[in-house]
Amino acid sequence: MTDVFQLLVAGLSIGSIYAMAAIGFVLLWQTSNTINFAQGEFVVLPAFVMVLFLTVFRFPFAAAFVATVIVSTLLLGLLVKKVLVERLLKMGVLPLVIATIGLSMLIRYSLQQFWTPLALPFPAIFSRQPIRVGGVIFSSEEVMNVLSAAIVIGTLQLLIRRTKLGWAMQAVAQNRDLASVLGINVSRLVGVTFMLNAALTAVAAVLIAPVYLVKYDIGIGIGLKAFYAAIIGGFNQIRGALLGGLLVGLVETYSAAYISNQFRDAFALVILIGVLLLKPEGLLGIKEEWA
Amino acid sequence: MRGWRTLGILVGAVVLLLFPLVLEQYKLYLASLTLVYLILAIGLNLTLGYAGQISLAHAGFMSFGAYAVAILVPLGVPFEGGLVVGVVIAFLWGLVLGFPALKVKHHYLAMVTLGFNIIVFLVLRNWESLTGGSFGISGIARPRWGPVRFQSDRAYYYYILGWTVLVVASAHWILHSRWGRAFRSIRENEMRAEVVGVSLRNYKLMAFAIGSAYAGVGGALFAPLLTYIDPGAFTLDRSIQFLMMVVMGGLGRFEGPFLGAVVVTLLPELLRASEGFYLIIFSLAVILMMLFMPKGLVEIWDWMVRKMTRRRHGPAHPPAPPEPAAVLEAK
Repeated sequence: MTDVFQLLVAGLSIGSIYAMAAIGFVLLWQTSNTINFAQGEFVVLPAFVMVLFLTVFRFPFAAAFVATVIVSTLLLGLLVKKVLVERLLKMGVLPLVIATIGLSMLIRYSLQQFWTPLALPFPAIFSRQPIRVGGVIFSSEEVMNVLSAAIVIGTLQLLIRRTKLGWAMQAVAQNRDLASVLGINVSRLVGVTFMLNAALTAVAAVLIAPVYLVKYDIGIGIGLKAFYAAIIGGFNQIRGALLGGLLVGLVETYSAAYISNQFRDAFALVILIGVLLLKPEGLLGIKEEWA
Repeated sequence: MRGWRTLGILVGAVVLLLFPLVLEQYKLYLASLTLVYLILAIGLNLTLGYAGQISLAHAGFMSFGAYAVAILVPLGVPFEGGLVVGVVIAFLWGLVLGFPALKVKHHYLAMVTLGFNIIVFLVLRNWESLTGGSFGISGIARPRWGPVRFQSDRAYYYYILGWTVLVVASAHWILHSRWGRAFRSIRENEMRAEVVGVSLRNYKLMAFAIGSAYAGVGGALFAPLLTYIDPGAFTLDRSIQFLMMVVMGGLGRFEGPFLGAVVVTLLPELLRASEGFYLIIFSLAVILMMLFMPKGLVEIWDWMVRKMTRRRHGPAHPPAPPEPAAVLEAK
């Protein structure tokens, strides 16, 4: 029975990281109709940048973290929006989908070719000192991961609910043309969303790197999980992506421990397909109108 | 215009028939592979290009054809029998999977099909008694008709070419029947199509299932070409590759899959000399193409056709406007 609680924390820890990637994913879809197939690589690249700042430039941890978030925001946020999205947004969904697939390959294979095909170790951020509560043993790293993710997601929610920027984002998500007529600079808002997403994935990168090690191809798995999470929870809800991320993390952890490690990816998929069949708009999603 | 088209088809036929006589083994294999991919791309173009439904499970449907042949042929079933079984399975699964497509918008369908491909992969890898698990199935025989055997690489190339002609002809026929018109009207405007009496439900399902059946044909021809298959040949990556073929070629255009299949199969081979850099160059090419030629390679094609016809008729005749490429999101 103590296992159940230990796995609960482990599952929530990995799930909260998936949730951050998933929330970014949903934000992009909401404001710019971008299905970002490179979301996984958006997590991997900052992880490499963080390693660069830590081991090559020998920055202290906090400085390296801030630098990583800034680099990620400029590169994966501003640059991607200016170069790719701005042009392709007018063309409909598919060209942008193909372009992000291309982008994910470009990042993945550039890291492999110009940096290293090997897995880089990443220093633990939080102590791995076990915490005992009753008979149950938690790793403090896992608890801290959950807390950090909660703080980041909570701040984001406040931003969206309470600030003018957040209201503008909601307006664009609901009706882009109307928002534009009402004087919202949609293009700039899309840019801001891309930067927010890049900042989110940078935080996710720093949290997930000590768990997974830093390797050029881990983005495939992370991107897929973020996908699942977004669909399971609902494509048009931040709360949905949060719920989806936690669910995917929990299902993965429990099924790997109790059922079959080989099929660990299949169980999240079973939930995914069930959701798609029974409630295609996602658990917390709202039905979108037929376009 | 018609004269040019006939000439083009004739030249293409001669090249396809005679070229293999001078090709060495590896290039012959690449030519056969391009034809197989062409069949798959034509199927996906029906589903995505004409009916506007995205599928990321094309490699999964392809595996039905490949495994049906690989499993049934050693049991004494003729190759064509295995192919038909594989195609029927792909078609039926296409119906099953296309069913949610009736309710949801296309980005959800992308997710369902993506999940389906991963599940197919997992089943292929883990159902060892049937599929040989991750070791796959080797020694897949090529078809034979009594004394006629398509065993050599060259003979099998011609066998694939025969099927390719059948597929191209059937796709052409479908697209010019009322089916094709219905598919296109769905893509242009679902609501209008329904109002004028197109039964959305049946046509959407059919577009998806027929596209999947074509993938079954491609898969069945693929297995004896390599003589060895394993689950790794039918991953999500492969499905994404087909998606790129169709979009890069030109969505909803008959010429699109031809251009896409040739470029996506041969470009990496041409770039292979650059060692590890070829994937980087390839992905850059994909991004640049989307930025500057979002309607696909048919834009170059159209430009060439326009040049040629203008030279014949003189500049007084304005060129016919190219068909509008598929911009899927109606927003």
